[in-house]
Amino acid sequence: MPAKTIQQEALTVDSLEVHFGGLLAINSMTFDVRAGEVLGLIGPNGAGKTTAFNAITGYIRPSSGHIAYRGASLAGLSPNEVADLGVVRTFQKTSVFGGQSAFDNVLMGLHRRQTRKALHIIFGLPSVAAEEREMRDTAREVLDFVGLGPRADELGSALPYGEQRLLEVAVALAARPSLLLLDEPVSGMNPSETASFMQIMGEIRKLGITVLLVEHDMKMVMGVSDRVVVLNNGSIIADGSPGEIQKNPDVIRAYLGERYKKKAQMRSTARVGAKGKKRAQG
Amino acid sequence: MNRFLEVSVVLFLASIPFWLGNLYYLHILITTGIFIIAAMSLNLLLGYTGQLSLGHVAFFGIGSYTSALVSLGFDLELTESYTFVFEPKPVWFAFLCGIVLAAISGWLIGRISFKVRGAYFVIVSISFAEVVRLVSLNWIDLTEGPMALNNIQPFTFAIPGLWELTFFKKEPNYWLVLGLCVVCFVIIRRLVQSRAGRAMIALRENEPLATSIGVDVTKYLVLATILSAGMAGAAGGLYTHYVRIVDPDIFLFIYTVTMVIMVVTGGKGTLAGPVVGGLIFGILPEVLRAFASPEVQWIIYGILMILIVYFLPEGIVPAVTQWWQRRARGPEGSMSQGSAPGAAS
Amino acid sequence: MDQFLQHILNALILGGTYALLGIGLTLIFGIMRVVNFTHGELYTFGAYMMFMFVMPLQLNFFLALILAVLLGVVLGAMIEFILLKPLRGADIDTTMLIMIGAWITMQNMEQFAWSGIAKSIDNPFPVDPLVIGTISVSWNRIFMFAVASALIAGTYALIRWTKLGKAMRATFQDPETAALMGVRINSVYIATFALGSGLAAAAGALLGPIIVVYPTMGDLAALKAFAIVILGGLGSVAGATIGGFILAMMEELGAGYISSGYRDAMGFLLIIIILLFRPTGLFAQKERVG
Repeated sequence: MPAKTIQQEALTVDSLEVHFGGLLAINSMTFDVRAGEVLGLIGPNGAGKTTAFNAITGYIRPSSGHIAYRGASLAGLSPNEVADLGVVRTFQKTSVFGGQSAFDNVLMGLHRRQTRKALHIIFGLPSVAAEEREMRDTAREVLDFVGLGPRADELGSALPYGEQRLLEVAVALAARPSLLLLDEPVSGMNPSETASFMQIMGEIRKLGITVLLVEHDMKMVMGVSDRVVVLNNGSIIADGSPGEIQKNPDVIRAYLGERYKKKAQMRSTARVGAKGKKRAQG
Repeated sequence: MNRFLEVSVVLFLASIPFWLGNLYYLHILITTGIFIIAAMSLNLLLGYTGQLSLGHVAFFGIGSYTSALVSLGFDLELTESYTFVFEPKPVWFAFLCGIVLAAISGWLIGRISFKVRGAYFVIVSISFAEVVRLVSLNWIDLTEGPMALNNIQPFTFAIPGLWELTFFKKEPNYWLVLGLCVVCFVIIRRLVQSRAGRAMIALRENEPLATSIGVDVTKYLVLATILSAGMAGAAGGLYTHYVRIVDPDIFLFIYTVTMVIMVVTGGKGTLAGPVVGGLIFGILPEVLRAFASPEVQWIIYGILMILIVYFLPEGIVPAVTQWWQRRARGPEGSMSQGSAPGAAS
Repeated sequence: MDQFLQHILNALILGGTYALLGIGLTLIFGIMRVVNFTHGELYTFGAYMMFMFVMPLQLNFFLALILAVLLGVVLGAMIEFILLKPLRGADIDTTMLIMIGAWITMQNMEQFAWSGIAKSIDNPFPVDPLVIGTISVSWNRIFMFAVASALIAGTYALIRWTKLGKAMRATFQDPETAALMGVRINSVYIATFALGSGLAAAAGALLGPIIVVYPTMGDLAALKAFAIVILGGLGSVAGATIGGFILAMMEELGAGYISSGYRDAMGFLLIIIILLFRPTGLFAQKERVG
């Protein structure tokens, strides 16, 4: 696809550092995401991708460095405050509201779009009912958007794995992000599911949503990204269009070569980033 | 159709005093109703936000004592020369004060303890109830301690000079309790089928995901606690003006346990659960009374609770609805209608 | 001043039994993630066994103590085996509800078996207390303190130096890894619960002859044990030991200098204050058992 010329930076990550106890998880990470683009963030497991997600979205506190979205610093914000700025993420490990129907999952995701306060609700003002109706329509639209319309009544936990991943994206989209952070959205999907997910990605970018994508499936990353950033050992080793990245000798040495050699091993490695995930709350 | 059914049920319940003809049975229904309100309020926390509040009786008791004291009036010797005198106030005003003070203490406990969750919250809530009980036992100037507050007025509604209704008899008290049950039920239903309730359920089901889509954890937990405490306070106020005496035993942990058993048995996180559980455990003691001493009754409750958690962990209401849905589904396949969680029950 | 010394001494002696209660509870929570609401009932059980052996059965006081503790261990193991083993992997709320059910059942069984009337237990110690200067302490209390200290030390030694202790520590760190390394998790759980229960029964059996024995005595004891455990940090044995003494100190001084009516409120005030300022307890750094 043609690389658009987008100049405005949406998310800037500047010399981000994260320590877990004595372990350095991210060492001086600097990159930015420009408004409207799909940025692929790749690197071997343990490179700090999920940790970076957690730091950006307020789940862990970075040790140092600066993160800003549209010029506003994200330092010290709790995850829900970050979401209020329009930055919404998905999780590496599938994460849905398992005990709720797919439809209700999306309704929950719509939280940010609703404005009625507790008192309005308790007194049952007509505006509450109107908003409810509107939200139920929106929820249907969002489900249809990811192609889960026919599954609306299934429990989240009862959906097949690939559909749970779609539901996760639907829940995130429901929160009306301007920047969507996807953490390995197609891991565990079969090739045809991945292919249809790539189409959904196309639809998402048409909505004008900026996307930061972490993914191991190279075909997918190279297929949907406008730009790719490569991480190794917690720092950036390359930044460029998918075509440039595929030709970059550093990347081939540090990441792709290793990947092919150790493909099997990497899949089973314990994921350091996920382990360090902590809840930060205000 | 559904609306019609609901109205019929309420009308049926309201008609009970006309044909029941036994004041003792009516008394049981009144106390059961009060406990159902308390159980519904507990369910908001335990069922919907997933926080096990084992100090719930504190809110009930605070509602009771506040309502009793405001309606009776009290004086406190603050210094040797100055005594603060609080004149008796009308019962409806006292009742509202009870609700407000219970809600405020709910807010306080929520602020304090939702920094911590799980086991810590459980223990904080127990401790809070125990502190309140000891205060009520020892602050004799205010509460009369173990001597109890006596001669509390029953509910009175009056338009000065024109009309006055005092709830000395059982029937009006029954209707009052029923009315409040309906109000609490409606409020909770509105809440859980709205944005706010969904936020609470989201927190219970998956907190990291809930926060990632913008749900403010503390805000909704505190909101749930305030509402829950206020409703428990209302139940306490009703109780006080009905039995017309209140002593520190109102804070006994066993009452919290009763509420928990009601919610768990009926089905936590369902609207009908606390009502069903409340009816069972409100009426069961009277049935058992004939042939079992109180200890034996409690042994039966304890064992029942264990068995229910083992074999019917979701509670009676979800089990029945699932059974019903399977039956209904059988011939014509799944009925597709995205409905709010627990709304069916 | 003399009065102050007397308070301190009383607190030290009471603190020993509080520590026993706290250690038992914190071990169970730390290793099994179970909030054990039956803890107070094991304490009551220990006291009633003591009563039964000493009063109607006329057994030797010291033999009765040993039997009471052993029976506490057995009862604990039974509770674990019957109620908790089938619930492995259940969430903490589910086990909590089960334990509440068990607690209600046990307490009312005690009430049923021994009625609600408080019982006192004779002891073989001299009636005249030990007097040093202006402070005095009964021999019974000295004995209680000695046994409690020995049991605390024994528990430490068990956790520190035995194979079981090692397995317990491993399970505390990470049950899954411990299981992979060949630790028999089920045995560790049952041993932990039995040990914790034995300590609670010991506390009851030691305090029984000093105070009186009644069916609901366990409620306050359990709540205090919770306070101690929160104070020390959930899962910390050292924290529970120190927490036991701190609580006893606060109660003694609070009762002595503020108001005896609020003696039992101290623990709960403490919990609320601790959680306001240091929610993970005084000594918590996710520390290991032992």
